[in-house]
Amino acid sequence: MGNWIINHGLSAFILVVWMGINIFLFVYYYLFYDQGPQFEYTRELLGSALPWARAPAAVLNFNCMLILLPVCRNLLSLLRGSFICCGRTMRKQLDKNLTFHKLVAYMIALMTAVHTVAHLLNAEWYTNSFQGQYGPLAGNLSMLDDSSELKTTYLNPVRSNSTTPTLLVFTTIAGLTGVVITLALILMITSSMEVIRRSYYEVFWYTHHLFIIFFAGLVFHGAGRIVRSQQVTDPPHNTSFCEDQPENWGKKPECPIPQFAGGFPQTWMWVIGPMIIYLCERLLRFIRYMQPVSYRKIVIRPSKVLELQLVKPGFKMAVGQYVFLNCPAISQLEWHPFTMTSAPEEDFFSVHIRSVGDWTEDLIKMVENLPEGGQGPKMAVDGPFGTASEDVFDYEVSMLVGAGIGVTPFASILKSIWYKFKDSDPKLRTKRIYFYWLCRETYAFEWFADLLQVLEKEMEERGMRDFLTYKLYLTGWDQSHVNHAMVHFDKDTDIITGLKQKTSYGRPNWDKEFEQVRQENPSSVVGTFLCGPQALAKDLEKKCVKYSDVDPRKTKFYFNKENF
Amino acid sequence: MGKIEWAMWANEQALAAGLIYATGGIVGVAGQFRGWQFAAFGIAAGVFVCLLEYPRSKRGKGTSVERTGQYCFTVCVNAFGPLTRNYYVRAFLHAALCVPGGFMLATVLGCVCLGIASLIYLSAAIHGEHWEPILPRTEPPKRVGDSIKEPPQNPPPRPPPELRRKKADKLETAAYDNPMSVTVNE
Repeated sequence: MGNWIINHGLSAFILVVWMGINIFLFVYYYLFYDQGPQFEYTRELLGSALPWARAPAAVLNFNCMLILLPVCRNLLSLLRGSFICCGRTMRKQLDKNLTFHKLVAYMIALMTAVHTVAHLLNAEWYTNSFQGQYGPLAGNLSMLDDSSELKTTYLNPVRSNSTTPTLLVFTTIAGLTGVVITLALILMITSSMEVIRRSYYEVFWYTHHLFIIFFAGLVFHGAGRIVRSQQVTDPPHNTSFCEDQPENWGKKPECPIPQFAGGFPQTWMWVIGPMIIYLCERLLRFIRYMQPVSYRKIVIRPSKVLELQLVKPGFKMAVGQYVFLNCPAISQLEWHPFTMTSAPEEDFFSVHIRSVGDWTEDLIKMVENLPEGGQGPKMAVDGPFGTASEDVFDYEVSMLVGAGIGVTPFASILKSIWYKFKDSDPKLRTKRIYFYWLCRETYAFEWFADLLQVLEKEMEERGMRDFLTYKLYLTGWDQSHVNHAMVHFDKDTDIITGLKQKTSYGRPNWDKEFEQVRQENPSSVVGTFLCGPQALAKDLEKKCVKYSDVDPRKTKFYFNKENF
Repeated sequence: MGKIEWAMWANEQALAAGLIYATGGIVGVAGQFRGWQFAAFGIAAGVFVCLLEYPRSKRGKGTSVERTGQYCFTVCVNAFGPLTRNYYVRAFLHAALCVPGGFMLATVLGCVCLGIASLIYLSAAIHGEHWEPILPRTEPPKRVGDSIKEPPQNPPPRPPPELRRKKADKLETAAYDNPMSVTVNE
């Protein structure tokens, strides 16, 4: 239990606070519309469908305000930088921004459903009221028209016998905007399903821009002031006395004709702030897009990996950060994230790009057709944006796990270590690093093997063999590998990578690894960093919880995951 | 958007539309709205669309991810052959099913969503996609050839005996016996 609190406590707390606010808003506004005297006559027409529509509306206001904030990555970077004083647990929460965005989106979807169903009922019942199906009081209330000679104001938005619920919805601002934004929301959600997002990113990205329509419609949704409340008249209208005798309104002194007015639209007050922040975010991306970027070197690596070394004036990075690249020649609007593989100590920054989809394939093809030594296509760079690997040097002991191409942030870290070592940087708090690389095929090793070879030599020269312990796992082995290994088992260096450290076959036994780390570092705080598949993340997270101890004298494991 | 398989998105959209259609229908019938007959139709159509769309098709390229428990649905849908495999038929079917929803407010949203799904399916059909069932693969277990049971007829190829002999002073490190006896000054 204690281990769970260490690893998930703050996230759970934030969720509880968020849910608490949602519940409070729902209940408060439900009661406000269910019991408020100014809605007594409205409730006469609509029953409890009124509060059932207004309560989710309040929750929607709150969540629509929140949904834009987790995707303002520059804002998050700013916050992360200013939290340096508040410890790594706070900053780790910012890594889960996309999870929070999705959670808020689910809440918006749920509340939209409740809100829409309640309004379906409202539309139907308003229409029925006007046609006199609910008795004399409802009928009389509905007959009140907006007339200056009679000095009446209307309550029921249905104003004529030929109005059907469908007509009501499509001729009012609220109805029309409601339908449009709900449609936009549905399209956004269906194109954001995991299947579509992972395989056909462009569909997701372009469709998601329907949020512009969503927010535009949302802001104007209340402009028609269709929810009307009773105003105080002089002399006051005594509701409990007058409701039984609607025919005497205006004739008796206690019962002047009740006056109604629409509620002031409030949604814009909730969402205007985040909308401006998001606008600034997009402006910043545009400014970065205009800044010039030049190529220092372009290398095509084996197994369709492209290395780009770029130079941008005024660009500063930290280890393990990522940038978004945009290549106008391929697509004007698409920005794709790539982790940087160079260290901050170098005077350029590099990315290793693998061919995974349309955009990356086009880029590699374009680069392959370049003349020798020519500049690459115009590239815009946004970033750098910080992720968990910035925290690697804060932990005394770090376990770095990279699966396949997920090793890229760690390339940056290891290079940085090498530079810090050479300069004997006192900022390096790390005493030990355990590096685990899991890869399916051998030929993807090459560009990274060079780096490891250099590090290996360096460590041996300085007599610091213990500083970096790395283990390589070849998960896609078959019989030919076994034969090859059997024949060469007595060689000093590994047959696949040429490194002194032998490659292991199959997946690592995490229990054994965690046990070893715990034994070798009895009272340290160990940070576990993963860049890899979700299944592995779950596994490692469980192991971190399992092997952590609340006792400060024993080892504690913290889990950090990269996500894109 | 070169490699998009439109059917994947159309499937998600149609499934969502089916749910919305059915929900709108339930509200219409339960609230006894005017035109509740359209709502009743909406429930039936919505449920039917959900059942039809629940099994995901096998992707043309890449790994297909099944929905939980979709195997029985796959078998049912597959049984209709070209009616369900062809996306033109589906596009037309969805377009036809969605029209009655437009006559009543509660089902209007379902109608529009299903209409959009129908359009995306049309696009999928134009791009030549079709529905493939995801069926569990029954691979025959790897059989080792029968020849492994017979001992080899010929010895492994070796260079001629003259080249194979080891020098006398290296006899101790030799991995095999000499085919011809050797003496020091041969």
